[in-house]
Amino acid sequence: MKERLQQLQQEALEKIEQANDLKALNDVRVAYLGKKGPITEVLRGMGALSPEERPLMGALVNDVREAIQRALEAKQATLEQEEVEKKLASEAIDVTLPGRPIRRGNHHPLTRVIEEIEDLFIGMGYTIAEGPEVEKDYYNFEALNLPKGHPARDMQDSFYITEEILLRTHTSPVQARTMEKHQGRGPVKIICPGKVYRRDNDDATHSHQFTQIEGLVVDENIRMSDLKGTLREFARKMFGEDRDIRFRPSFFPFTEPSVEVDVSCFNCGGHGCNVCKGTGWIEILGAGMVHPNVLEMAGFDSKKYTGFAFGMGPERIAMLKYGIDDIRHFYQNDVRFLQQFHRV
Amino acid sequence: MFVSYKWLQEYVDLTGITAKQLADRITKAGIEVESVEVRNKGIQGVVIGHVIEREQHPNADKLSKCLVDIGEGEPVQIICGAPNVAKGQKVAVAKVGAVLPGNFKIKRAKLRGEESNGMICSLQELGVESKLVPKEYADGIFVFPSDAPVGADALQLLYLDDEVLELSLTPNRADCLSMIGVAYEVAAILGRSVKLPTIELHENNENVHDYISVRVDAQEDNPLYAGRIVKNVKIGPSPLWMQARLMAAGIRPHNNVVDITNYILLEYGQPLHAFDYDRLGSKEIVVRRAKNGETIVTLDDVERTLTENHLVITNGKEPVALAGVMGGANSEVKNDTTTVFIESAYFASSVVRQAVKDHGLRSESSTRFEKGIDPARTKEALDRAAALMAEYAGGEVVGGVVEVNTLQQKDVVVTITLDRINNVLGTAITKEEVAGILTNLQFTFTEHDGTFMITIPSRRADITIEEDIIEEVARLYGYDHLPATLPIGEAKPGKLTPYQAKRRHVRRYLEDAGLFQAITYSLTNEAKAMMFALETATPIRLALPMSEERSVLRQSLVPHLLEAASYNRARQVENVALYEIGSVYLANGEHELPNEKERLAGVLTGVWHAHLWQGEKKAVDFYVVKGILDGLFALLGLENRVEYKQAKREHLHPGRTADMLLDGKTIGFIGQLHPVVQKQFDLKETYVFELDLEALLKAEVDDIRYTAIPRFPSITRDIALVVDEHVVAGDLERAIIEAGGELLKDVSIFDVYKGDRLPEGKKSIAFSLRYYDPERTLTDEEVTNVHEQVIKAVEQQFGATLRG
Ligand SMILES: [Zn+2]
Repeated sequence: MKERLQQLQQEALEKIEQANDLKALNDVRVAYLGKKGPITEVLRGMGALSPEERPLMGALVNDVREAIQRALEAKQATLEQEEVEKKLASEAIDVTLPGRPIRRGNHHPLTRVIEEIEDLFIGMGYTIAEGPEVEKDYYNFEALNLPKGHPARDMQDSFYITEEILLRTHTSPVQARTMEKHQGRGPVKIICPGKVYRRDNDDATHSHQFTQIEGLVVDENIRMSDLKGTLREFARKMFGEDRDIRFRPSFFPFTEPSVEVDVSCFNCGGHGCNVCKGTGWIEILGAGMVHPNVLEMAGFDSKKYTGFAFGMGPERIAMLKYGIDDIRHFYQNDVRFLQQFHRV
Repeated sequence: MFVSYKWLQEYVDLTGITAKQLADRITKAGIEVESVEVRNKGIQGVVIGHVIEREQHPNADKLSKCLVDIGEGEPVQIICGAPNVAKGQKVAVAKVGAVLPGNFKIKRAKLRGEESNGMICSLQELGVESKLVPKEYADGIFVFPSDAPVGADALQLLYLDDEVLELSLTPNRADCLSMIGVAYEVAAILGRSVKLPTIELHENNENVHDYISVRVDAQEDNPLYAGRIVKNVKIGPSPLWMQARLMAAGIRPHNNVVDITNYILLEYGQPLHAFDYDRLGSKEIVVRRAKNGETIVTLDDVERTLTENHLVITNGKEPVALAGVMGGANSEVKNDTTTVFIESAYFASSVVRQAVKDHGLRSESSTRFEKGIDPARTKEALDRAAALMAEYAGGEVVGGVVEVNTLQQKDVVVTITLDRINNVLGTAITKEEVAGILTNLQFTFTEHDGTFMITIPSRRADITIEEDIIEEVARLYGYDHLPATLPIGEAKPGKLTPYQAKRRHVRRYLEDAGLFQAITYSLTNEAKAMMFALETATPIRLALPMSEERSVLRQSLVPHLLEAASYNRARQVENVALYEIGSVYLANGEHELPNEKERLAGVLTGVWHAHLWQGEKKAVDFYVVKGILDGLFALLGLENRVEYKQAKREHLHPGRTADMLLDGKTIGFIGQLHPVVQKQFDLKETYVFELDLEALLKAEVDDIRYTAIPRFPSITRDIALVVDEHVVAGDLERAIIEAGGELLKDVSIFDVYKGDRLPEGKKSIAFSLRYYDPERTLTDEEVTNVHEQVIKAVEQQFGATLRG
């Protein structure tokens, strides 16, 4: 009997070994461990054994069953693993095929530049002021120390609608309006972005419509050195930490003293290249101390208050920053142009 | 303003400063020097030669054989092609071995068999622009005065060894429209002194009043008019140095009298005019406004019709000059002129500007009057001109000056403290430094306890207030020495307004939804101005447009977005999705500013989504656009407050257009372009939308409040409703939501069917309804109850039946 069991175990283990799929393995299980299997049969024959032999034989039967069971489980695991691998292999895909595209648009490059500048100045405590594009002659010129007949009006040939109403030629009227709203009380600290219009023929460097950003700070004790510090801060954040700025004296009717502001070339670092035309400097801003007439007209006491103002052109900055060669690109909205500004 | 470096040395010592260095200093101090032109374009070895003999070239009609003394040994033979070469002339000779502009080397040569040892040069060959060459030498060689020393450096005599600084003057610095003005500026920068010309005027004992009288009928336009008579002048060339200086300054020499007036204009900034006294036609000058329709033929031989806006100089009867702009042909100085009346006047800038504008005639004179001249130099300039005419035109200056002077001139005095200067600039400049700067500017001043009282010279009319002085101090102190500080005082955080913040979110949302931001022009043409407008108003037209295409302000953003789409399509970019945020302009009556309203508009055309290898391709349709807008409304918390209503709008497809209503008020539209318009813009199937952005962004919305996350299961029931085909889904949905009450949480449409399996004129819309109670698990019966009410409601309201 013992021999019979050992033989059965031997046989079963061999068949388990040979089974090459889960069904064959199950057949082996049923054949050897099933109710009608040979081991059950052996158990049935145990009645004929002596009471001393019975427990020994019982233990032996259990050992054999367990051995077969273990072999079955081990084989089952192996076969299952193989099956999974086979299935996975059949499911392989070509990972180099294109993914499902996410369609995205992006900011217009001018908006990109404008928002960056806005955020820089918001970080320095400015708020953003906006105003009408169709403006009164008063706010566009007169309140900015450009009375009728002033020679500097020639410098900005304008689109008039009536004698008193025109398309604003700069965003400065927003400054005049904001100051007026403050009713002679500081501080005023604003950035004014927006569209402006001039009677220019559109070509590679001129556009009858373009954008401007101006800034204005009016308070007691505002000094021209504050203007320099503020613009240096701006230049460094906008164009790189090692940028420097320089002031060149200039003339604007609404500021006095007036300066043009150059930023050291961000392309060559100041050694001279074709971007800065060999000078190492790039003219970026116009600025100055707010003219006392402008302060007074807006209701500020120019003995008590001083202020500075500055202005720049996002088109020019974008053209320099991205190497754009024609201002008309900004207004043609060619998708092949717009989509070049998709990156952060 | 062109400034000859050599000429400038007449007035200020430039020792130790090159032209380039000077240019940098001037620029740094406030006047931009645009360029420094080196007048010598690479010339070497050009000297004055004396033509001793000239004969016809034996083998060539157009060539001359000349024997020229060039101051080196024997005279040399030179073959010359200029028609005007003649015996006895002093000419510029490029010697053998000389170099002319363009690296043109002069070699010994044989021309038609005759030896030529050099070349006699025209001014053009020496690099002078043709427009500056005196007319008589325009087609030939330049003839030097007979006293030009043989062998001398011709470049030096012609000022071709000079450098010319081109100043770009801002309108406030009209004082630098003269050599003397520039000299003051340079002297201030360098801390040197100014040498003014000395005038040696010898008058005869006649009286100018016997020759001419002056009356000014328009004193506001002409507060100062002065004149002198110079008789017995002999018209001829002006001295070489004067011609050379004029050419360096960009002015073509004519004759001694005209050149002297131009020379004084450049030297003093005072425009002069020389009349031929004998051609004036009377013995009086009357300055007055022109009569409407009066005419004058100006020196450029153009007849000009005048109006009462123009100021004229007359002989008492007819105009002889357009004041401050140009003289009349009738009284022009010609070669036979013997008596000259020199006018030196101060004309108001406004009246000159008007004439310039109306006649499109800008001259060196008018530019100076327009910008404002220094009246203190008017009479000095007149004296200097008369003296020069005596000296260089052989004239005799008649005694006295005719003059009408109503000019009210007061000294401008500015008082400023040192503290004020330092407080505005943020500097620590000393009293002594300020005094030094004022001294260099040659301003007279007194200083007491840090308070400066400064008398401003009349040449600096731009300086009237404290800030002007601060600017003078700052620019001459040097902005490089200005410290960099940040404003002191309370610092408040900056922040976008809620509107500005939301607008940025809208941009980002639309871009992440697949649209590119466009910026188009605000000006359009009459036809496009009102197309697609949500609200229309009288078109706002420019008074003086540059073109019809950009003449009217837009009332909708859509037309230019369509142009952008069309522009792209013409360049093979077929799939276009653009949005724009910008203003439209609605008139408010002629004297009022228009209403500027911010709009959001978009255009979408072509393929919306394609994933080709997976066989997916979806063209833009109405629902693509609507989906994007629904997302936008959700972004703004308005998803339950916006409804779409079928609408008819001009230029849009009548069956595929909807108005969008916020809280029942129309705020925009969405639709497919009408095929006619589509064709007009050369587009394929295209969808557009426009929204009143302000209405969207200013709508009050509740703050976000957390609601409990569902803890109990919900129950979903689907129904397919068969209705008449004209019933719209939105109405059904509203009825369902109303009937579903509290328990109905979600309604979604998952199928729409129209076709064979339904009766003609019917369609089926399938809804999925989700019921939920936050407090407990719903029973089937409760749901069935509500659901039946929903079904009953749609049966009653729309005659809907359940699809079997
Ligand atoms: Zn560079």
